[in-house]
Amino acid sequence: MLSLSNLAVARGGVTVLQGLTLTVRPGQALILRGPNGSGKTTLLRTLAGLQPPAEGSFDLPPDSIAYAAHADGLKSTLTVTENLAFWSRIYGGPAVENAIRALDLTQLVRRRAGELSAGQKRRLGLARLLVTGRPAWLLDEPTVSLDVASVALFAGVVRDHLGKGGLAVIATHVDLGLPEATVLDLDPHRARVIQSTGFDEAFA
Amino acid sequence: MSIWEYANPKRFMQTSAWALPWAVGLTVALLVTGLVWGFFFTPDDYKQGSTVKIIYLHVPSAMMAINAWVMMLVTSLIWIIRRHHVSALAAKAAAPVGLTFTLIALVTGALWGQPMWGTWWAWDPRLTSFLILTLFYFGYMALWAAIEDPDTAADLTSILCLVGSVFALLSRYAVNFWNQGLHQGASLSLDKEENVSDVFWQPLVICIAGFILLFITMVLLRTRTEIRARRLKALLARERVA
Amino acid sequence: MKALLLRDLRLAFRSGGGFGLGLAFFFLLSVLVPLGVGPEGGTLGRIAPGILWVGALLACLLSLDRIFALDHEDGSLDLLATAPIPLEAVVAVKAFAHWLVTGLPLTVIAPGLGVFLNLPPGGYQWLVLSLLLGTPALSVIGAFGAAVTVGLRRGGLLLSLLVLPLYVPTLIFGGEVVRRGAENMALATPLALLAAISLGAAALLPFAAASAIRVNLR
Repeated sequence: MLSLSNLAVARGGVTVLQGLTLTVRPGQALILRGPNGSGKTTLLRTLAGLQPPAEGSFDLPPDSIAYAAHADGLKSTLTVTENLAFWSRIYGGPAVENAIRALDLTQLVRRRAGELSAGQKRRLGLARLLVTGRPAWLLDEPTVSLDVASVALFAGVVRDHLGKGGLAVIATHVDLGLPEATVLDLDPHRARVIQSTGFDEAFA
Repeated sequence: MSIWEYANPKRFMQTSAWALPWAVGLTVALLVTGLVWGFFFTPDDYKQGSTVKIIYLHVPSAMMAINAWVMMLVTSLIWIIRRHHVSALAAKAAAPVGLTFTLIALVTGALWGQPMWGTWWAWDPRLTSFLILTLFYFGYMALWAAIEDPDTAADLTSILCLVGSVFALLSRYAVNFWNQGLHQGASLSLDKEENVSDVFWQPLVICIAGFILLFITMVLLRTRTEIRARRLKALLARERVA
Repeated sequence: MKALLLRDLRLAFRSGGGFGLGLAFFFLLSVLVPLGVGPEGGTLGRIAPGILWVGALLACLLSLDRIFALDHEDGSLDLLATAPIPLEAVVAVKAFAHWLVTGLPLTVIAPGLGVFLNLPPGGYQWLVLSLLLGTPALSVIGAFGAAVTVGLRRGGLLLSLLVLPLYVPTLIFGGEVVRRGAENMALATPLALLAAISLGAAALLPFAAASAIRVNLR
């Protein structure tokens, strides 16, 4: 379970989002919506524990999360299987075969990651989530460079994960067709600029 | 009132604005007295002649070169533990001052060493240690300059200062081990026998006090500048968001 | 942790570059120095311990930025930071992997290069032993420097500027061991101090490096 209470997050010392209070229960997905620069990535990085909240708090044990950023963290000289097996062993998670099948990578297992197309790389990056065995997925624009069929495939994977009692926070503009999804529009939570307090008070 | 209140930027600006004129005045008075006394009203040394008078620049700047690093270490620790911004900025402000003192010590040492030892430079432990200290200052300042986000810069430079201090100390012992050296012993010590004689000693103490105050003045000035620069940056960042 | 070590080693072997480069540099340096200094055996023999240590140090420096920069670029560092192994262990393992692909091979080829440099016969065993004990310190200190500069543009140059002063004690004691060995003098003290630096650095610096990485990822 994930709960935020009056959370505020900052990027480069400037608060970008504030007053986030909500709860995501197991089996639920939270979809983050907002224009570029509204703080989706910053919020996800905060939840992943990579940066401290500017204010407020959230409750999400660090050993329950799996984070997928813009970059997939793939090593181009390792094969598909090797890339996945590495993360599986790091997390002590389940074997890689299921993940490979779920994201339709069976044909590619022997290929090096550097030889994959952008969409295939993304699928491999997302397959990593399955081998972590972690219940809370934090996904930053997961559908970038995926074609329509792959988006549907991925939506299925997420639905499956939610069905098993996992939860997901997803920053995306694509409708994944998730049944229990809450959409959070970040626009109203944009941090208001502190009205000028004068030169002697300013300090960031 | 707790001493930490002075770490509030606004409070620091008020206090330092009040203290600065006094610090400047006292620095000028002490340095003029000490240097004039030392240069013109002390006898020549029976062995070293008038070259000995360079100690009035050499010894105080060498002491402050090390003290400046120690001050940076303390302020870095305060930043890491209590996260007072003024502390981090004071460390940043002190580095170029400390570097300048180090360079003064090296240059005056070379000028003194040439007539005394017959060489501008020798790989003597003290000289080598100061050269290594110069490298530490350069690295520290380069790291500040390379990072844009001020808090990230403060964190990383503090970590570097901490680790660097340990290695600087290690280097000092390593260098001592490596070469026993020809540099004379300490100019000042609590053991009266070891001290330079009184006629040289009195103006030297005044010069040292002057250099300490010069350091404090420079750091206060530079910290004030850093705080203002930081405020400007904060206001610009706010404008960009708005 | 074993998985991380194996991955780093595999990456080093597959990409080739980084690890062969340091050895080639070390080799070239040992060939160029006699060409510059002149062929006189006595002179070469006297400076050989220092040249070999400086060469090993610089060869080590060449590949330092690869320790974290590559993982930072492709996003793996973010993922490792959120993974179940502590970041301190990640640093330690990566420094160890770096040592296995640079420090260890350098130690192995150093006696061969000692022949080029006319290293006196008494020096060889101490050359190998001092490099074996000292190069881990170079890798760990380097990993710390790499952690501090990981997110920076032009990080490579800054990395050298930060790391070289930190290398001073290791270099002094390492060179001293070989010099004394070559002259058949007592060398237990510098050898013990060299080992102490390696052990101390390996024990403490991963913590400093991990906190630097956390700051850089923020």
